[in-house]
Amino acid sequence: MNQSETKKNGLGGEVAGLMRKNVRNYAMYIALAVIFVVFQIISKGSFLTARNLTNLINQTGYIAVMAVGMTLVLIICQIDLSVGYVAGFLGACAGSLLRVGLSTPVVVVIILAAGAAIGLMQGLIIGKVGVPAFVTTLACEFIFRGLLTLVTEASGTIPVTNETFLALSNGFLPKLFTVGRLNGLTLLAGILAVAAIVISEINRRKDLQRYRFNTLSMPIFLVKLVFFAVLIGALTLVLAAYNGLSWTIVIVAVIAGVYSFVMTRTRTGRYVYGMGGNMEAAALSGVNVKKVLIGVFTSMGCMAALGGVLYTSRLGAATPTAGAGFELDAIASGYIAGVSTTGGIGNVINSVVGAFVIMSLTNGLNLIGVGISYQYVIKGIIFICAVALDVRGRGKKAVG
Amino acid sequence: MSDNILEMRNISKSFPGVKALNGVNFAVRRGEIHCLVGENGAGKSTLMKVLSGIHPYGAYEGDILYNGDVMQFHNIRESEKAGISIINQELALIPELTIAENIFFGHEIMKGKLIDWNETMVQAAEYLKKVRLNVNPRIKIRDLRVGSQQLVEIAKALSKHAKLMILDEPTSSLNEEDSANLLGLLRELQKQDVTIIMISHRLKEVVAIADTVTVLRDGATICSMDDSKHTVTEGEIIRYMVGREMDNVYPKRGAHEFGKVRFSVKDWSVYDQKLNREILHDISLNVREGEIVGLAGLMGAGRTELALSIFGNTPGYQITGGEIVMEGTSVRFRSSKAAIESGVAYATEDRKRNGLILIQDIRFNTTFANLKSLVHRRVIQSNEEIVRANELKKEMGIKAPSIQQAAINLSGGNQQKLVLAKWIFANPKLLILDEPTRGIDVGAKYEIYSLMNEMVRRGMSIIMISSELMEILGMSDRVYVMCEGKITGELSAADATEQSIMRLATNTEEK
Repeated sequence: MNQSETKKNGLGGEVAGLMRKNVRNYAMYIALAVIFVVFQIISKGSFLTARNLTNLINQTGYIAVMAVGMTLVLIICQIDLSVGYVAGFLGACAGSLLRVGLSTPVVVVIILAAGAAIGLMQGLIIGKVGVPAFVTTLACEFIFRGLLTLVTEASGTIPVTNETFLALSNGFLPKLFTVGRLNGLTLLAGILAVAAIVISEINRRKDLQRYRFNTLSMPIFLVKLVFFAVLIGALTLVLAAYNGLSWTIVIVAVIAGVYSFVMTRTRTGRYVYGMGGNMEAAALSGVNVKKVLIGVFTSMGCMAALGGVLYTSRLGAATPTAGAGFELDAIASGYIAGVSTTGGIGNVINSVVGAFVIMSLTNGLNLIGVGISYQYVIKGIIFICAVALDVRGRGKKAVG
Repeated sequence: MSDNILEMRNISKSFPGVKALNGVNFAVRRGEIHCLVGENGAGKSTLMKVLSGIHPYGAYEGDILYNGDVMQFHNIRESEKAGISIINQELALIPELTIAENIFFGHEIMKGKLIDWNETMVQAAEYLKKVRLNVNPRIKIRDLRVGSQQLVEIAKALSKHAKLMILDEPTSSLNEEDSANLLGLLRELQKQDVTIIMISHRLKEVVAIADTVTVLRDGATICSMDDSKHTVTEGEIIRYMVGREMDNVYPKRGAHEFGKVRFSVKDWSVYDQKLNREILHDISLNVREGEIVGLAGLMGAGRTELALSIFGNTPGYQITGGEIVMEGTSVRFRSSKAAIESGVAYATEDRKRNGLILIQDIRFNTTFANLKSLVHRRVIQSNEEIVRANELKKEMGIKAPSIQQAAINLSGGNQQKLVLAKWIFANPKLLILDEPTRGIDVGAKYEIYSLMNEMVRRGMSIIMISSELMEILGMSDRVYVMCEGKITGELSAADATEQSIMRLATNTEEK
C-alpha cells in the first residue's frame, strides 16, 4: 500500500488493504486481545492485575528465548523436537553444579556452552551425516529425557537455594528512586523505550521516503506509533506499580535484540533467510548451507540451555519432568507469530510476542482452574489452527 | 476412410507468453513406426502431452481423431483406457517395487478384494518374454540397468493393451547395444499390430527405423516424409529441422578485439556416482577476455553437468581428470563460494528452482551473491544496498514498481534480468549463462542479449549454454558443440551454421 494508492482509495481503502495483506501478523495481536478479555471476564478481574502480568512475563521467559532460537530453525525449514528435554536436562545440570558450590555466572557459562555443544552435535549429524532433523532431534529428545532422569535419579528433585540464580527468573532490578508509588527505574526505561521506538520509526520512514519506497500514509503511521507507545506505556505503568523490571525481561530483551539485529543487518541473517527461501539457489549463490545449518542448530542448543536455566530458576528446583512439551510451545510460538511452515519467512521479535500469547493462554487456563490434561488438548488444537491459518493465508497470497 | 489410427487436426496450445503449438496437423497410419523430430522446444513433447490427456481436453484447440472418432481425454487414465500409452524420457517406475508390481501398478490383478500375486507373477513373466527381457519379475526396479527398465515400461504399456505407444526419447540414456535391442523390439511390436510414435534426437536411428518421419519446428508441422523404403537422409531431416531465416532478433555488437585466454578447461572428466557412469569425457574448451562462447547441444548432452562440475556444486559428482586454468593459474573450485570468489558466476537454467529466492524481493536477490561488498564492520549497509539495487534495477531494465517487489511477482523476462543483475553485482570475470532466454518473449530476449553485449564490451567473458540454435548463431563469437558428454566440435562464428551445429550435436557424419 503506497501513498498514491491511498490517494486513489482513501484511508478506508488503505486500512482494508493493510488488513488483507497483514492478516497473519494482526491475527496474533487479535488472539492476544481475545485471550486477555476472555480470561479477565472468566477470572473475575484477577487476570489483568499488575501482579499476575508480572508473573506472566517472568513465566514467559524460558519459552521466549527458546522461541527465538526455534524461529531460525523453522526459517531454514528444519525442526528441533529435542529442545524440551535438552532444556530439562541442562536445567538439572545447573541445579547439580550449584549444589556442589559453583557460583551462578560460572554455572550459566558452563550450561550455555554445553547447550551449544549439544546443538553443534545435532547440527553435525543433520548437516554432515545427512540424518533428517526430524529423526535426529526426535532421537535426542529420548536421549536427553533419559539423561534428565539419570541426573535427577539419585536425589529426585534438586532444590536450588542460590539467591543470585533464583533472581534470574524471580528477581527485579533495583528501583533507584520512586515517583509517587511507582518504580523510578522502570518508568525511566519505559519512557526511553517509547522515545527510541518513535525516533527510529520516524528515521526509518524518512529513509524509505528518500528512496521512494512504499510507506504508510501519515494518519496510519501516527496510529501505529500511538498504538505502540500506548502499549509500552501501559506495560510500564503496570510493571512500575508492582515490583518493576524483572531480570527476565532484561534477558529476553537482550536476546531478542541481538538476534533481531543479526537477522536483519548481517550477512549471517541474510544467509539464513536465503537458505530457507530456496536452499539450492542459496548454495549456488555461494552460501555454505551446511555451515549455516550447523550454526542455527548450535544457537538453538544455546537457547535451549538458557531456557533450562530460566525454568530451573523460576521453579527454584530441577525436577525429573522439567522440559516436557517445551518444544511444542517454542514451535507454536513461532508459527503463531507468522513463521512460514515452508520456511524463509519469520521474525524473532514477533516470535517473542508469540511466546507471550502461548503463556497467556497457559497462565489464564491455570488461573481459572483448567487442569493440565485439558490444557494439552486445547494447546494442540490451537497449534493446528494457527498453522492452518498460515497455510491458507499464504496460499491466497501466492495467487493474489 | 484412410487407415489412420490417429489424426490430430489443427492443434494449438498456448502457455503464458508462449504459443507452443500453432495449428499442428499430425496423422499416423495404423501399424507404422512414426518418428517425430525437431529441435528442443519445437513442440514434440507438448503435442504428445495433448494426445495423452496430460494437457486435458479444453486446454488446447483442435481435434484428436482416434480410430476415426473425436476423442476428449481429460487425463492420462482416459487415454490409456482407449489404448494410448506414453513412455516418458524420465521413466515412471517405482524403484523400490518389483518388476511385476510395477507392470501392474494401478491396474492390479485382483482376486476378490485382494491382489492375486500368483497370477501377477505368471502374467508379468509373459509380458517380460514379449519384450525379450529375461529376468525374474520379483527383482526390484532399482537393481535393473536403465536399458532393462525401459523394457519394463514397454511391458507395462503392453499389459494395458496399448494399441498406440508413444516413446519420448527412448534411447537417449541407452548405450549402443541396448538401443539396437530396443529398436529391434519396436519392429517386433509393430508386427503385433502396435502402432508406435517415437520422439528421437538420434537421426541415425530415425532413418533406420521410421516408416514416416514428421518434422516439427516452432510449434508447426514442417513436413511428413514417407520413409517406408528408408530413402530419407539425415541431412534432409536436419534441413527441415532448422531452415529459418536469421531475423533481427540479435542486437549488433561493434567489432571488437578479444584479449588473452582467461579461462580454460583441459581434459575434464566427471563420473556421476548416482548414475554409476562417466558423464563427461575429456572436455577441453577455453574462453578469452571479452568473448561470448556458445555451448550448443541437444538436451542431455551434458552441458549443464559440465557447468555445475566447473562451478564446484557437485554433490555426487567425482572429477576423475582434467584441470581448470583461470588467468594462468590452475584451480579447482571446492564449492560455489570458492568459484564466486575467484570470479566465476553461473546463472542456472531454471531460475525458479535454483536461480532466485522467489519469496524475497528484488533488493534481497540482487545483492545476495555478493553481500561482502556491502558489509562494513560486519553490518550490511542498508542505504548503500538500496542505492546499488536501484541502480542495477534501472540498468537491467527490470520492470517493477520498486525493489521491494517480491521476485515471485515478476514476469519470466524480469526474473531473468534479476538473475543477471545478481551476477553482475557479484562482479565476475567469467559468467556462465545456462539457457539465458528460456521461456521468455522476444522483446525481453532482445534486452538480455543487449545486456550480454554490454558485459563483454566491458571485458567480461561469457559461456552461453543454449539449446536454441538461432541464439547460438546470433550471439556467439565461437561455438563448441557437445554430444553425449563429449565436445564433438569447435566452430568459428564464420563456420557455424545450423546444419554444421546440428550435425555435430547429433554426431552424424557429413554425407
